[in-house]
Amino acid sequence: MNAMTDVPAVPIAFKRNAREALADPQLRRNFRGAMDFLMDKRRVQFPDGDELERLRAFGNRVRARALSKLPELLERLDANLSRNGVKVHWAETVEEANAIVHRIVEQHAAKKVIKGKSMVSEEMEMNHYLGERGVDCLESDMGEFIVQLREEKPSHIIMPAIHLNVGQVASLFHDKLEVDYTEDVDRLIQIGRETLRRNFFEADIGVSGVNFAVAETGTLLLVENEGNGRMSTTVPPVHIAVTGIEKVVENLRDVIPLLSLLTRSATGQAITTYVNMISGPRKADELDGPQEVHLVLLDNGRSQAFADGELRQTLNCIRCGACMNHCPVYTRIGGHAYGTVYPGPIGKIVTPHMLGLDTTRDLPTASSMCGACGEVCPVKIPIPALLRRLREEAVRAPEAVPHHMRGQGSKYSKKEAMLWKAWRKLNTSPALYRAFSFAGTRLSALMPSNIGPWTEHRSAPKPAARSLHELAREHLGED
Amino acid sequence: MSAKDRILAKLRGSLVGTTPVADDYDAGLLTEPWRYAADDRIARLRSMLEAVHGETQLTTQADWPQRALEALAARNIGELLVSPDTAHGQQLAAHVAASAAGLRLKAYDQPVEAWKEELFFRTPASLTGTLGGIAATGSLVLWPTPQEPRLMSLVPPLHIALLKASEVRDNLYELMHAQHWASGMPTNALLVSGPSKTADIQQTLAYGAHGPKELLVLILEDA
Repeated sequence: MNAMTDVPAVPIAFKRNAREALADPQLRRNFRGAMDFLMDKRRVQFPDGDELERLRAFGNRVRARALSKLPELLERLDANLSRNGVKVHWAETVEEANAIVHRIVEQHAAKKVIKGKSMVSEEMEMNHYLGERGVDCLESDMGEFIVQLREEKPSHIIMPAIHLNVGQVASLFHDKLEVDYTEDVDRLIQIGRETLRRNFFEADIGVSGVNFAVAETGTLLLVENEGNGRMSTTVPPVHIAVTGIEKVVENLRDVIPLLSLLTRSATGQAITTYVNMISGPRKADELDGPQEVHLVLLDNGRSQAFADGELRQTLNCIRCGACMNHCPVYTRIGGHAYGTVYPGPIGKIVTPHMLGLDTTRDLPTASSMCGACGEVCPVKIPIPALLRRLREEAVRAPEAVPHHMRGQGSKYSKKEAMLWKAWRKLNTSPALYRAFSFAGTRLSALMPSNIGPWTEHRSAPKPAARSLHELAREHLGED
Repeated sequence: MSAKDRILAKLRGSLVGTTPVADDYDAGLLTEPWRYAADDRIARLRSMLEAVHGETQLTTQADWPQRALEALAARNIGELLVSPDTAHGQQLAAHVAASAAGLRLKAYDQPVEAWKEELFFRTPASLTGTLGGIAATGSLVLWPTPQEPRLMSLVPPLHIALLKASEVRDNLYELMHAQHWASGMPTNALLVSGPSKTADIQQTLAYGAHGPKELLVLILEDA
């Protein structure tokens, strides 16, 4: 059914994964259709180019301001949430974050967890971690639910099941949920609704992500269309929100431009069906809502990106997915080929900080540098420039400068470095250059026909009999 | 040192010698493109809501209970979750008592744990007030209360919302500002823009994912 199931979902296998994905016509049709749809939806939402550009600049400033006082804002967020009755936890690694969640699960002797969509929980592989400890984690977002039934990972950060078409979902529901085969999407969604409904109130704990955490008021803001996010954060007696430390904004009003940029860029909606703002657990006189609310703030490499002024811009990201929707590479290979939780352009610049540049070293090179991602980014992350920077860090000579990034220099090759050094020498020394081009043209017959990866798909270059310089001199009669 | 201390120390270390970015908030950009003449404001809200399958009706303070009853009758719904402790709940109860509609009114008067099964599987419709609306995006503002808890606007398949025309603002910025949100947020605040929906299966839009399948907004023109 799925040509990619035997491929290890790790970024180190990127090249192999990409080759296999490219050879899967069904997958390519599904992504092409989906990306065209999402690009169109976004375009319609921004009819006024001037408004879009001003709003992007605004969004960039709001994020830059938040990051420029991040430690202070995180402390304010912690203090205000705590004052509101929310328990705030901090985790440097995914292991720590999972252990925190598990401790809460154990305190409540919880057996069943229902989850709203959360990419940070994917980053943590929370389902797997809790599953190994006898706790069921059920995804409640329709796309996540489908992906979980297939024992896959999301292939897109906004639309997790975007790699599948309706026929594949119909077969899946028929096989796994034992319902009649139907390709009627309304019916399929109703099947999902009925299957999940009871789980919302049987769950002991609800888990969600966070779109924006407001320091000023101690508010967690979540956007969604389905209502599963509201269910997961309202019905179970305990709600655990997990988020990255970069998601904080200073003031409540700061969410207004970001919210507009997020929903319009992501799915081409003026606003999502629900904007859910949570500022505390159920109060004594209230009749529903969780009795306990926890927030887990996860670092997992974010502070490494933060340490460098240029790379810090990676943390502007509001996770809209527009960069992947507009990426010619993502469109052709899909989300799974990257082998990372965050695929596409944003994945290529954020994952090296989470996993290290050693296992992710091929990701920054998986780009044609067309620049589309940077052009559509609602918070103006210069993605192409950051890709170039990561390429440079990946080949940096051992300890030429102190290494701040995990896996820095993992692509360094002495031979390649020497070749570039020679190339530089050649091009900065006229005498050497003349000698080289003379030798190159006169000895062109010695050019090997097999020169590594270049000749895998191309014929070898054949130097001309005389160099351009010689021809030019002859043309001008300067011989 | 705790994880918190270590993370904060790292972040602080990275900011040494930098100055915070100034707050040059551009309120004009969030308001000027999203202003509507008084006559157009409700029309904009309605068209935005209807574009996402929300149903809207213009009515009045006196007539809305009858409209609600008609909407329920048209759907063969005989039971409505509504608070007896709100002015609109009492107005509706009086109207039902005086009519021959035979509509059963149910109150959310106990913690959700005590009646989950009934709320989730035997409550076909609810009616709540709203705190206002936003014309630009076609959104309703709800701040759930002990009288009208969070799940009232989420679990029943039909949600009827009352919206006073005078409380519809042009855009989110104006609404937040006018209602002083930043000075104190409730445990839960919501913007609701249409019935629940999803496009997770091959980008095909389907309504009634996990929340209400239908949202009916009764707009009180004289309120």
